[in-house]
Amino acid sequence: MAARVLVGVKRVIDYAVKIRVKPDNTGVVTDGVKHSMNPFCEIAVEEAVRLKEKKLVKEVVAVSCGPQQVQETIRTALAMGADRGIHVEVSGKDYDSLGPLQVSKILAALAKKEEASLIILGKQAIDDDCNQTGQMTAALLDWPQGTFASEVAVEGDKLKVIREVDGGLETIKINLPAVVTADLRLNTPRYATLPNIMKAKKKKITNVKPGDLGVDLTSRLEVLRVDEPPQRQAGVKVETVEDLVGKLKEAGRI
Amino acid sequence: TVIDLLTTFIHSFSPCLLALAMAVNYGTRSLTQLAELPELHQMLRQTCRDYAEKELAPVAGQLDKNHTFPAKQVRELGAMGVMAVEVPESLGGAGMDYLAYSLAVEELSRGCASTGVIVSVNNSLYLGPVLAFGTEEQKQQWISPFTTGEKVGCFALSEPGNGSDAGAASTLARQEGDEWVLNGTKAWITNCWDASAAVVFATTDKSLKHKGISAFLVPMPHPGLSLGKKEDKLGIRASSTANLILEDCRIPLGNLLGQRGMGFKIGMQTLDSGRIGIASQALGIAQAALDCAADYAHKRTAFGAPIARLQAIQFKLADMAVALESARLLTWKAAMLRDAKKPYSKAAAMAKLAASEAATFVSHQAIQVLGGMGYVTDMPAERHYRDARITEIYEGTSEIQRLVIANQVLKEYQQ
Repeated sequence: MAARVLVGVKRVIDYAVKIRVKPDNTGVVTDGVKHSMNPFCEIAVEEAVRLKEKKLVKEVVAVSCGPQQVQETIRTALAMGADRGIHVEVSGKDYDSLGPLQVSKILAALAKKEEASLIILGKQAIDDDCNQTGQMTAALLDWPQGTFASEVAVEGDKLKVIREVDGGLETIKINLPAVVTADLRLNTPRYATLPNIMKAKKKKITNVKPGDLGVDLTSRLEVLRVDEPPQRQAGVKVETVEDLVGKLKEAGRI
Repeated sequence: TVIDLLTTFIHSFSPCLLALAMAVNYGTRSLTQLAELPELHQMLRQTCRDYAEKELAPVAGQLDKNHTFPAKQVRELGAMGVMAVEVPESLGGAGMDYLAYSLAVEELSRGCASTGVIVSVNNSLYLGPVLAFGTEEQKQQWISPFTTGEKVGCFALSEPGNGSDAGAASTLARQEGDEWVLNGTKAWITNCWDASAAVVFATTDKSLKHKGISAFLVPMPHPGLSLGKKEDKLGIRASSTANLILEDCRIPLGNLLGQRGMGFKIGMQTLDSGRIGIASQALGIAQAALDCAADYAHKRTAFGAPIARLQAIQFKLADMAVALESARLLTWKAAMLRDAKKPYSKAAAMAKLAASEAATFVSHQAIQVLGGMGYVTDMPAERHYRDARITEIYEGTSEIQRLVIANQVLKEYQQ
């Protein structure tokens, strides 16, 4: 069966933090702000570790792209049960403009280098909400993809994936090697236990540069401006239902 | 004059410089740990905080109202390794240090103070003495089953007739053949109704006064051992507190912990460590109260603006934050000294005193910031106030802590 699983983990601003836009409107404030692992990436790590516990995979490798700080995120994955980590060093302007296209190129290159036969990612990151990396990675590798997975089952050399789609649940069967992206209901991630946190200290994290993987980090996108969402306007109170209908017609809503 | 000012400045600074020198003496590692915790400890703190936020805080109110022992949570914490932080991995523990333990208890207590004390008593007061004074056999029998959260232990030192006056233990233990026979009553035993074992202190030689006290390991339940009614407490109501009644309670000779007559020493040493646990619990309660008050101050408007804009509220929050942070640093220092195997009695007593008084101060002020809302059960402030109060009493009253500290200070200036 699949020997090696690659799990992508992204360091994002913690979901509970109130986001503030930088005064120069070039982005959001990240200095001194609490960061943690993207919640969907946590679910991806949990799924990979469960596959290992069921002895369906041999090794779980956690990957993260970014500056020195992403090592904390990789170590959290190790504390959850991943076997080793790969830190792809990206910093400064390159990190600011890092997006799904570059990350998927990196993951594709790593999958080939590490001879991985399964890649599990979160369906999207909570900072950019792109929902593209999994799909792009699969396309670059020419692998099948099972996205928005709420259930993954191994059936021989195939994967049965139940996907959460607008109309309900869709069940597909895909060949390995494959890319799977995790949706909310795939599992409930475990708390890192103290013994595992201790063990994580001894697990290896290798450093790799995008250049070593032959990946060009130039972005095809340019962020022009970042603004706060418009302030919520006060509502208007009306006396009767007729008034309400009148106002809605006025506003062109009906 | 400038000279006077300079002299005052240097005089007020020299204790700090001395402390700095001492801290650097213990290694730069200790100093930077006060400024920023090592990665391992940060991860541990985060995992305990996550657990407390998701699994403890939402049910703490109910647990308190119904006086329910959080059995499910204790098992989950056992699986995480938190019920036996310092116990080596070979015996089923997490094999971490006391600073890690302090962080764990603080974060968990922030979610639920009762759960915090259950964790602390199991770690410091039950596993602590067995780890420090037990034989290899005793460790296997009395430690390993108590690391998973399936079983918890308790510590029976106080009696109806003596709390602070621990040397006056009137519970008696006599040897009869190949058994010890224990008789007496122990009071205020935390975890009592939920425990599977107790460390019990009893007098084996009354003539030797406090040097005639010994420590025993007693399984629970056991013939000759019965429990008094569960106390109806002001706070930490999810943890059970009751009397332990020993009537011709027979235990094997091998259940003696340490040497005969070593009981007082075992008790005092255990409480020294336990102090750091309770200090950590008090920090958690204080933090939860501060969280509540600061959040409320942003939201509540009065006189046309959030009350956070009022200096009266700001001064309160500042005083609360300083009390909490200084107590926290004292607690971390005590834990670090213990981890470095340096004398830590004074530091532990200072930590417990500062943290417990911070907890009562902060929770008192938190209710004040919340006004009427602080007085009702809709907000957790009243529960923090009730939970905080006991921290100034158990595991050494604030008065005893002051005696311990004064004793140490006077020793330093011995004529």
